Amino acid sequence: MNRIIEYMLPPQRSTLASEVDSLFTFINVAGFILFAGIMITILIFVIKYRRKSEDDVTPVITHNSILEVSWTVIPIILILIVFSWGFRGFLMLSSPPSDAYEINVTAASWLWEFRYPNGGTTVNEVFVPVDRPVKFIMRSDDVLHSLYIPDFRIKMDVLPNRYTTTWFQATSTGEAILYCTEYCGTAHSDMLATVHVLSIEEFEEWLETGLEVDEDMPLADLGRQTYTSAGCNACHTLDGADRIGPSFLNLYNTERELVDGSVVTADEDYLRRSILEPQAEVTAGYPNNMPSYAGRLNERQIDGLIAFIKELQD
Amino acid sequence: MAESTAKTLKIREFPIDENPKHTYLNAEKGILSWLLTVDHKRIGLLYLGSITLFFFVGGVLALLLRTELLTPAQSIIDADTYNQIFTLHGAIMIFLFIIPSIPAALGNFFLPMMIGAKDVAFPRLNLASWWIYILGALFALYSIISGAVDTGWTFYTPYSVQTGTAVVSMTMAVFVLGFSSILTGLNFIVTLHKLRSPGLTWSKMPLFLWSLYATAIIQILATPVLAITVLLLAMERIFGIGIFDPTMGGDPVLYQHFFWFYSHPAVYIMIVPAFGIMSELISTFSRKTIFGYWAIALSSLAIAFIGFLVWGHHMFVSGQSELSSVVFSFLTFFVGVPTGIKIFNWVATMYKGSIDLKTPMLYALAFLFLFTIGGITGIMIGALSVNVHLHDTYYIVAHFHYVMMGGTVIALLGGLHYWWPKMTGRMYSEFWGRITCGVIFVSFNMTFLPQFIMGSQGMPRRYFNYVDQFQGLHQFSTIGSYILGIGFVMMAVYLVWSLFKGPKAPSNPWRSRSLEWMTSSPPSHHNFEYTPVILHGPYDHHKPMREFRMGVAQEAAGHGETVEHEKT
Repeated sequence: MNRIIEYMLPPQRSTLASEVDSLFTFINVAGFILFAGIMITILIFVIKYRRKSEDDVTPVITHNSILEVSWTVIPIILILIVFSWGFRGFLMLSSPPSDAYEINVTAASWLWEFRYPNGGTTVNEVFVPVDRPVKFIMRSDDVLHSLYIPDFRIKMDVLPNRYTTTWFQATSTGEAILYCTEYCGTAHSDMLATVHVLSIEEFEEWLETGLEVDEDMPLADLGRQTYTSAGCNACHTLDGADRIGPSFLNLYNTERELVDGSVVTADEDYLRRSILEPQAEVTAGYPNNMPSYAGRLNERQIDGLIAFIKELQD
Repeated sequence: MAESTAKTLKIREFPIDENPKHTYLNAEKGILSWLLTVDHKRIGLLYLGSITLFFFVGGVLALLLRTELLTPAQSIIDADTYNQIFTLHGAIMIFLFIIPSIPAALGNFFLPMMIGAKDVAFPRLNLASWWIYILGALFALYSIISGAVDTGWTFYTPYSVQTGTAVVSMTMAVFVLGFSSILTGLNFIVTLHKLRSPGLTWSKMPLFLWSLYATAIIQILATPVLAITVLLLAMERIFGIGIFDPTMGGDPVLYQHFFWFYSHPAVYIMIVPAFGIMSELISTFSRKTIFGYWAIALSSLAIAFIGFLVWGHHMFVSGQSELSSVVFSFLTFFVGVPTGIKIFNWVATMYKGSIDLKTPMLYALAFLFLFTIGGITGIMIGALSVNVHLHDTYYIVAHFHYVMMGGTVIALLGGLHYWWPKMTGRMYSEFWGRITCGVIFVSFNMTFLPQFIMGSQGMPRRYFNYVDQFQGLHQFSTIGSYILGIGFVMMAVYLVWSLFKGPKAPSNPWRSRSLEWMTSSPPSHHNFEYTPVILHGPYDHHKPMREFRMGVAQEAAGHGETVEHEKT
């Protein structure tokens, strides 16, 4: 049984996970016993009381107080146990410790942006320390989203009109996957992020150095890095295939026909405007749903992206 | 015996015509005699045909979704099409198939017969509700051809306000379909109150009717809220009045409260009629008095009432207050108790019975298996802390398919086979019926059991792309869904075959004691050629059959009046 339960759940990687999993196990075991009991009883009845002749006479049994009281009271006791157990876990889930490390999360269609107390931001990647409570303070730029990290057993909707919060304390270092679980349109299933759980020392070091852009990195390499870290890859391919937005391959210097019928050349200026004000000049045939990257990327990253796109010619 | 029941009511046994020349099927001819009929039996068949059509459409859409999910990335369709298809699958299956399925098709046909009435209380309203249903279906069709909808069947705001797809026409379809549902419910309540035959007290009413009664109450109380909600949504989209969209000053969580205030009770509109069919099947094929008649009857009403107080369990992580979540979770578990009581009562009915594993009984057993899984996993997701992990994953998808398909659809199929001889006058093939039931049962589990595992492992629902880890389980599920599709094709073949080549059905092939079997198969235009008088309960298998065929010996002007008069 334990092995089945283990197979059914993601690894336990937060302090909350074992609390949730123990209730999951209890309901599965109790439910299985109840289910097996009912099914075996039915099987026995079906075999034992199978119709022998068309003239079978059956007894008239309409009530049995002991039976009826017990199959009312026992389930009530069971559900009260399940309720209180779930309540206890829910209390833990909704009470972040006051000393939690706070990260502001912004969800937009379709990316996750994480803003750290020191002012740094990351997109579609979040770095957190192990063995320390971390609290996400979340809001959405547009429609509803929901932040879900299966390994931590946490989930919380992200709303456009107010903050919601969730918290966790990771118990082991490594990577965990973060999903959007509130349907939000075309690229809903691509709205993923990676949670990097670092040791306290690594995390401190990352805060010092990781958020700074490597000044020595060639622009095009920085652009390639930004392409994935900023989540461009969710909508723009590198192989010429259409996804939600136009592919970056052979994009530079082509004539773009816009939705209003006018034609522009995809030069450096147009690419820059498309990153900062994506909804101003939309290429015909594509949806008008790219979020603005103004404030999300620094100047060097924007230059890098443009350099990267310029290089993509076959 | 006969004289002692009512002082002045003379009753006698009416023999049943085993080879009826005049039936409701040949009473009138021509296409208009069907489209404009006020006969509840024909309207029932109109509904049966319509829901079968939409079940087919929704099923094909489901197979497309499953095919797309064979690979983690794009297989046959693009993301936008996928999103539209899962929305249509949900909307069609819920609003056009499962809500009208048992009440409007089987309920319409058998409710008046089971109480010995000639028709429902308002036959023209009954016809109107079918036409309103068709109008709603046309709106849905218009929405599909004018760009479809990609919001999910829940139309969550603000996405549904902002998306470019045909949301307004689809919500209007839902609005119109709601009225069809309300009118059916209203008709049933009045019919059950006013048109019961002499002697048919509330305590002798078949449990199928108790379940339809409970359902009707939910239909007329909850559906108007859905109508208001989709109307507000449409006003927001068309006129820009800010109600749910925060950019216009609205609150998206408010929409969820409104929506689930209807849509959770609607879950009971879907499942409670199935409970009713189960009681009929288990008692008839165990040939035994039902155990705990009042427990089953009243638990349907209890579920209907508690069902109104639990909508917030869809919203534990929506941003509603934690206190609300706790209260809703607590109340949710109390729906489980009356539901459990029903299951125990059905099992107890089988004790010392004379169990005959005909196709309808096999479906009843399949229901007990699948619905119990659906129920227990419902307890799982009612628990607050576990729900946070499982919400909006495939666990939820698997859970509601076990309840809606493993419960309602399986019961519908059981009821369809059970009443097939009465409706059509033909017997279906018992051999193929049993084989097909087995195929559907096994393939259903193949399709949806893996989804429980995927869900608890963290696979989110409504995902076009997914991480590679889940591919094996997704493929297994898809193969199961193909076999499930084959199962339904097999059923269509042997049922259609039986219409033309099946042996003629006797009036009461299962030796049921319920009133609908005490007339010819298929029934005559007015159901009974006499006013039935009910002496015993519908599950009194220990009483001789002839005492169930009693009617008023000398018919006067109309139903009821004579009896009233003579009693006073």
